[in-house]
Amino acid sequence: MPLNQDFVGREYPASATYEVGREHIRQFADAIGDQNPLYRDREAARAAGHRDVVAPPTFLTTLSYRFGLDSPIVDPALDLNYAMVVHGEQSFEHHRPVYAGDVLTSVSKVASIRDAGRNELMTMVTEVTDADGQPVSTITSTLVSRGTAAPKEA
Amino acid sequence: MPAYSDVEVGTQIPAQQFTVQRHNLVMYCGASGDFNVIHWNERIATAVGLPNVIAHGMFTMAEAGRVVTDWVGDPGAVLSYGVRFSKPVPVPDDDQGTVLTVSGVVEDKLDGNRVRIGLTATIGEDTKVLMAARAVVRLP
Repeated sequence: MPLNQDFVGREYPASATYEVGREHIRQFADAIGDQNPLYRDREAARAAGHRDVVAPPTFLTTLSYRFGLDSPIVDPALDLNYAMVVHGEQSFEHHRPVYAGDVLTSVSKVASIRDAGRNELMTMVTEVTDADGQPVSTITSTLVSRGTAAPKEA
Repeated sequence: MPAYSDVEVGTQIPAQQFTVQRHNLVMYCGASGDFNVIHWNERIATAVGLPNVIAHGMFTMAEAGRVVTDWVGDPGAVLSYGVRFSKPVPVPDDDQGTVLTVSGVVEDKLDGNRVRIGLTATIGEDTKVLMAARAVVRLP
């Protein structure tokens, strides 16, 4: 069954803030096998000109799971079967590095839902801001809903 | 960190190989919060038509990104990073895992001491798992 086009344009503000934890950065770095000291050692990060340990470039993907219940993906009205979902595209535009101690929030918008052959592509754009309301990162994510496009007329 | 003045279009970024095994995906599930069953449950993954459990796209993206952050040294120098996931990375339940090979090249020099790096990520016999994989970094 195709995805519900009524969702295009809807905005989903996070219902809470997300505090970036030093240990979570370390855990994430461990999971990707990255020993970079700037993810782990505050003094090394400071020596490199940062105020605290730095998050890896893709770390903010964790926000979408932390704020998962504030997402259209879990709304049954979207008709998305998560087991049929694979990731299509992802990009991060970082307006500044993310540091341990940052208190972040985000607003996600459903930018588009379109067919690509038998699949559907759903693109979300998430603006991440800090406690001062300053931009931190713009995240664009496209999910592929496999095989759910409406049948085409022959 | 390489200096902007020392880098040319065509400068190669040292390639790396990453071995992806099931336990890496389990760790990434926990660290990222992405517990989609297709990343850990072979029964469901194959039932929905996938070749096997597949790696999180974001895991593959993170591994490819290590080639960039290892080159610049400072992950805070990464201004943007984007990829398209062109093929899944199946991860069998064995001791060998799947080897991901990532290389990079400087594609363009931009103003403000920025350079754009193009990445190539492959598994098996040159199967490209990322397309349009690019990062922009600021160099000293």
